[in-house]
Amino acid sequence: MNISLATMLQLSIILPILAALGIVATGRKPDLREGVTISTCLVLLYFTVNLYQGIKQGESINVQWWEILPGLQLSFNVEPLGMIFALIASFLWLITTVYSIGYMRSHQEQNQTRFYVCFSIAIGSVMGIAFADNLFTLFIFYETLTLSTYPLVTHAGTEEAKKGGRIYLGILLSTSIVFFMLAIISTWFVAGTLDFKPGGVFDSNVNTTVAGVILVLFIFGIGKAAIMPFHRWLPAAMVAPTPVSALLHAVAVVKAGVFTVLKVCVFIFGIDLLSVLPTTQFLLYLAGASVLLASLVAMRQDNLKARLAYSTVSQLGYVTIGALLATSSGVIASSMHIAMHAFGKITLFFCAGAILVAAHKSKISEMRGLGRQMPITMAAFFIASLSIIGVPPAGGTWSKWFLLMGTMEAEQWILMAVLMISSLLNIAYLLPIPFRAFFPGVETNSVNVGIKEAPLPSLIALCITTAACVVLFVYPQPLYELAKAILTTPGLTYGQ
Amino acid sequence: MLAHLPILQVIVPMMAAPLCLFLTRPRLVWLFALIVSGLAFLISCILLQQVMTSGAIIYELGGWDAPWGIEYRIDQLSAFLLLIISAVSTVVLFAAHTSIQKEIPVDRHTLFYILYLLSLAGMLGIVATGDAFNVFVFLEISSLSAYALIALGKDRRALWAAYQYLIMGTIGATFILIGIGLIYQMTGTLNMNDLSMRLPEVAHTRTVFTAFAFIIVGVCLKLALFPLHLWLPNAYAYAPSIITAFLAATATKVAIYLLIRFTFSVFGLSFSFTTLPLQILFVVLGLSGIFAASTAAIYQKNVKHLFAYSSIAQIGYMIVGFSVSTTTGLMATLLHLFNHALMKSALFLALAAVMYRIGGVQLSQFQGLGRQMPLTMAAIVIGGLSLIGVPLTVGFVSKWYLILAVIENGWWPVAVLILLGSLLAVVYVWRIVETAYFKPPLAGSEAIKEAPLSFLVPIWVLVIANIYFGIDTRLSIQVTQVAAQSLFGVGPP
Repeated sequence: MNISLATMLQLSIILPILAALGIVATGRKPDLREGVTISTCLVLLYFTVNLYQGIKQGESINVQWWEILPGLQLSFNVEPLGMIFALIASFLWLITTVYSIGYMRSHQEQNQTRFYVCFSIAIGSVMGIAFADNLFTLFIFYETLTLSTYPLVTHAGTEEAKKGGRIYLGILLSTSIVFFMLAIISTWFVAGTLDFKPGGVFDSNVNTTVAGVILVLFIFGIGKAAIMPFHRWLPAAMVAPTPVSALLHAVAVVKAGVFTVLKVCVFIFGIDLLSVLPTTQFLLYLAGASVLLASLVAMRQDNLKARLAYSTVSQLGYVTIGALLATSSGVIASSMHIAMHAFGKITLFFCAGAILVAAHKSKISEMRGLGRQMPITMAAFFIASLSIIGVPPAGGTWSKWFLLMGTMEAEQWILMAVLMISSLLNIAYLLPIPFRAFFPGVETNSVNVGIKEAPLPSLIALCITTAACVVLFVYPQPLYELAKAILTTPGLTYGQ
Repeated sequence: MLAHLPILQVIVPMMAAPLCLFLTRPRLVWLFALIVSGLAFLISCILLQQVMTSGAIIYELGGWDAPWGIEYRIDQLSAFLLLIISAVSTVVLFAAHTSIQKEIPVDRHTLFYILYLLSLAGMLGIVATGDAFNVFVFLEISSLSAYALIALGKDRRALWAAYQYLIMGTIGATFILIGIGLIYQMTGTLNMNDLSMRLPEVAHTRTVFTAFAFIIVGVCLKLALFPLHLWLPNAYAYAPSIITAFLAATATKVAIYLLIRFTFSVFGLSFSFTTLPLQILFVVLGLSGIFAASTAAIYQKNVKHLFAYSSIAQIGYMIVGFSVSTTTGLMATLLHLFNHALMKSALFLALAAVMYRIGGVQLSQFQGLGRQMPLTMAAIVIGGLSLIGVPLTVGFVSKWYLILAVIENGWWPVAVLILLGSLLAVVYVWRIVETAYFKPPLAGSEAIKEAPLSFLVPIWVLVIANIYFGIDTRLSIQVTQVAAQSLFGVGPP
């Protein structure tokens, strides 16, 4: 096949959406339907890897579609930060699809076709967000992502699902309509452009008060980044089937949020302007509070998925802090943390789903001694927890390392303390789960059930992501190179 | 032939109305009305094209010179409105034959089409004419036929609703007439263009001031500006479904056109915005309309009522855009005029389909419709998203311009309020979505099928238009921009 990189860029957005049609068409034959999904995943991964090779060789890949409003164009560009996001999303989509085939079938979920259709559209939107070349394009795909994931959250169709969906849509749509849109229009009005530019779009003599207010609007408006007090949608979204929680609410949707924050900080404000804005400090403390409070709430959750959800809220705060620190280490830390947390958290969710399918347990208090029954799952849980906490031998170590360096560079001692305390809290709410599973202490009802793991596709999936956590520790260079290139290379190209 | 298009635009549907009487079978009458409306649409397309390339068209009726004879004047604004009205009329009429089968007794079908064409002719006339008294005449033609059309509704409350509308509408029209009479007394002319030149000389007089106040209040009654909106919800809810779709998309738009025409063209911008505190008045009324009507919409049990209140709220947005009184603001209003016509005709037509299948549009009857009528419900969802203003729909385009206009003027709090107001739209749209998709179908409703093609085709034409014009905005932006600029006296006349 000889497709130009620009075509691949467009196809990576269009293909998943076209695949949705294919999935509808083959809906009656589950095997064929899953075949369509898997092959789309593979092709998409092939595209993103090629795009990665492309920008590594210093090529600039961009595409313009058409103008929606005068001066506001749908256009796409591949730059390192978006590349990181796209690579993670497309790789994990493949893994999640494998996982969900096992999960959805053994759980005998209803409406599986609708599930795969919405999933596919959501991934298309994620690709649109990752490669968007201006805020306007990003905003369009941001909203599409919200709407396409709504049917996934309410998948079960129960009263609880309806309520969860209401909170989900209510918060994400209202923050984006009221704050995000206002921020975008204000930026357009003040700066006259919405293009992502290295160093930001605002003049050096821009009124810092106005820019500061716009920054607050952005941070509040990007509800997907789940900064408190706009985080409630994430725990609410946990009524969705586990693969949805895993990919969308640990990777795609929340990462779309922090990705947007990072993108806005680096390419709309620029780190030089960001560091002098009067509101940055306030937002940093807000993010810090979000990190700590969410960790505290997580400790009190007995439902495993809810605990993981609050843990996600807390971890997203790290990325926002990294972006707002406005130092190069901060930006590197944030972009690396997007990847590290993605692999760690998706593994944890995979484990939660595996436990639900194989042992029908969702409460942490019931998981004592589960290690005998599901040793692989619990071992994976342990390693992924290490990655979230940020200790070797797991990838999370690196991003946390850079984040701490960033706080030191910026002399944000309070935030540094916050990060330290948060790590301790992470240990407190994550590690007891695998420990008690393997060493129950008191002899629980010792009915020896033997080993009963989740279905094979699910097990394979979670082993791959666990392995990835370790690999990212041993071999983080490619990721680091990409993260470093976000700031260092002018003109958004990278390499040489 | 081409030179006579401005008059043909009005006269074709008007002459066609009585001709309906000669056709015996309802189906034939329907086809005839459809063809006539289609012709009107064709004419309006050509007119718009002509106006955009070579500026305003002036047509002297019967060859009499302007201040004495009646003059038809098609500029960018009127051509744009003519297009909206005739396009919506044609698409809606497509579904009429099926829809009225169940809502209107067969012996009144011919009457229905006659009234429909008259109402159409009246609205086209208001927009096409350049004569202030002629405006009143056409206003009465369109209103009287509209009252009768509403009274044809199946529900007995339709009579009461029509009566209410009749009273309020007549007061409005009378006010307009008084206003026109007063300015005629002061200037001795009825030609709008002539008026705009002579009025400045007498602008300081109390009479002109009174005339202006009468006209503004009269027009605001017609366009259902909060708090003069009381006639609207019942009229929309109890009218035959087709008429709701038609009127919701056109009648209030024509009234907004009149507001713009009188304030900008006849009285002139500086007079209009200095004699009365129009700006602050309209911002406050527009915003209160948005909030009051959207909140009311949330609590409605009848979905037609719900969307009727939503219409009042949407009029609020147009009025806010108007009150900004800048080119961008006016553009926002005009864009929303066009976009709202697309949304509401799609939504009300979808409701007509629901009415056809289940005989009512109470919210409780929507239970389980997501499965039973998937295409109709999908149309309602997309129309609703457009109403909220989600990107890639037309609603987003007009909201973008409205916010931009407000921010350009430095009215930050207004921008925030407008956005907050659109959250209310999320609530009332989502009530329908949740009922239709999450509640099990009512017992005994298993036999409900998807709407017939005669509904689905026009509904989806409108839905696709909602998306298409949200993605490709060249036409709507270009036309509204030129129209707004010419009203402000910049750019080509």
